Amino acid sequence: MVVGGGLFGPATAYGLRQQGLDTVVLDDGDDVLRAARGNFGLVWVQSKGIGMHRYHAWSRESAHLFADFAAELKEASGADIAHRNDGGMHLLLGENEREQRQRDMDIMRQQAGADGFECEIIEREEVEKMLPGVRLGDDVVGASFSKHDGDVNPLKLLRAINGSFQHMGGRYRSDCRVENIRHDGSAFIAETKNGSFTAPKIVLACGHGITKLAPMVGLDTPIVPQRGQVLVTERAEPVLGMALGTVRQTDEGTVQIGNTEEEADFNDGTTLDAGQAMARRAVTIFPQLAGLRLIRTWGCIRVLTPDKCAIYDESEQYPGAYVATSHSGVTLAAVNARHTAKWIATGETPPGFEEFSAKRFKTEGSHVSAHH
Amino acid sequence: MYRRITDPKGSTVAIHFEGQRLQVPANETVAAAILAANPGYTRTTVVSGDKRAPYCMMGTCFECLMEIDGVQNRQACMTTVADGMLVKRQMGKREMPE
Repeated sequence: MVVGGGLFGPATAYGLRQQGLDTVVLDDGDDVLRAARGNFGLVWVQSKGIGMHRYHAWSRESAHLFADFAAELKEASGADIAHRNDGGMHLLLGENEREQRQRDMDIMRQQAGADGFECEIIEREEVEKMLPGVRLGDDVVGASFSKHDGDVNPLKLLRAINGSFQHMGGRYRSDCRVENIRHDGSAFIAETKNGSFTAPKIVLACGHGITKLAPMVGLDTPIVPQRGQVLVTERAEPVLGMALGTVRQTDEGTVQIGNTEEEADFNDGTTLDAGQAMARRAVTIFPQLAGLRLIRTWGCIRVLTPDKCAIYDESEQYPGAYVATSHSGVTLAAVNARHTAKWIATGETPPGFEEFSAKRFKTEGSHVSAHH
Repeated sequence: MYRRITDPKGSTVAIHFEGQRLQVPANETVAAAILAANPGYTRTTVVSGDKRAPYCMMGTCFECLMEIDGVQNRQACMTTVADGMLVKRQMGKREMPE
């Protein structure tokens, strides 16, 4: 059984079903924190895993698996998730931003070694060529470009995964918040207000709910909340023809402007200050956006690990109990459906998978970094 | 067919809808004034191209989007008519501003 109906849970459950396991997803109610319903929709590689190349490679592998994954989901669920994988840019304003980005990229290239790190700074003229018909603000000096980046419609992705999972015979139970987990010697028993569920394996993929449940199966999973706010404009003809780091135009024409990284505990509200700052930056990059109306704004709580890299763990005390979490539920959906599910179903792991254990925070706790 | 259930009282203004001149009560919203002229539809949707007309009349559903005085995607139900106003159907996505 998989606890959590966001993106990590259903993607893994879908993969478990493909592995032939009888699988149930236990979800909470509609009124809980829902990172999987408030995110930006990027399948993003270029800035992932500073300080931990294994996570960068894992994100890159997922991006490579995404085209097949999207096609598979479409066949099973009928939903087109609007996957684009023709590269992505993070636009840079001024020389300071360019230098900072270059420094981060140098670190990532060095840590990657022979495995490689493919991302480059491109000049303003190149950006203009890649975004025909778009007027760039005067302060845009260039962008970091990675061919691995792309995006999807994240709500359709969630629906497509859930639909495919159920199409294959997977079971989904809403309003089943797990309050307690026991082990009776042969199986795990998850207790919810709508009944108990029993299975030989249990996967905790329930975002901040993990904090309470992980200790019940002998796991320590240090995650913290971080708020991201997003602005959304009215729909307009598509002109931003590529996945972009903070200003993304969706397949249906809305422009999403993101996104903050704030400490706000579990308050998922919005603030005028943050909205103004995001809008100002967006208009500085693309002056044309000033003429579009904003129609929505929201805040959403990320599930952040201390080093912003994913955690995958199996309990030593209770083998068969797993934790899987990261703030990158969209990007990692494909690799979770493939490799994470295979790990849980068969025990088989990709090389270096043990690096994802939360044990890394016990040995390296003194220099946990907070780059992004 | 839409029809007014009371006779309009007070002053009126002239607005233009797709080339048609309409004399309408000065205090009406664009959506009400155009519905009363039975336009058939007032926009086509962005995703599927379906024809739509004003629905909630209170600013929530965004079905009433029209081009008003050269500005696309305006909510006709939240806009009061004005003399000489030019109103057009919003056909699909608005253009990106210059």
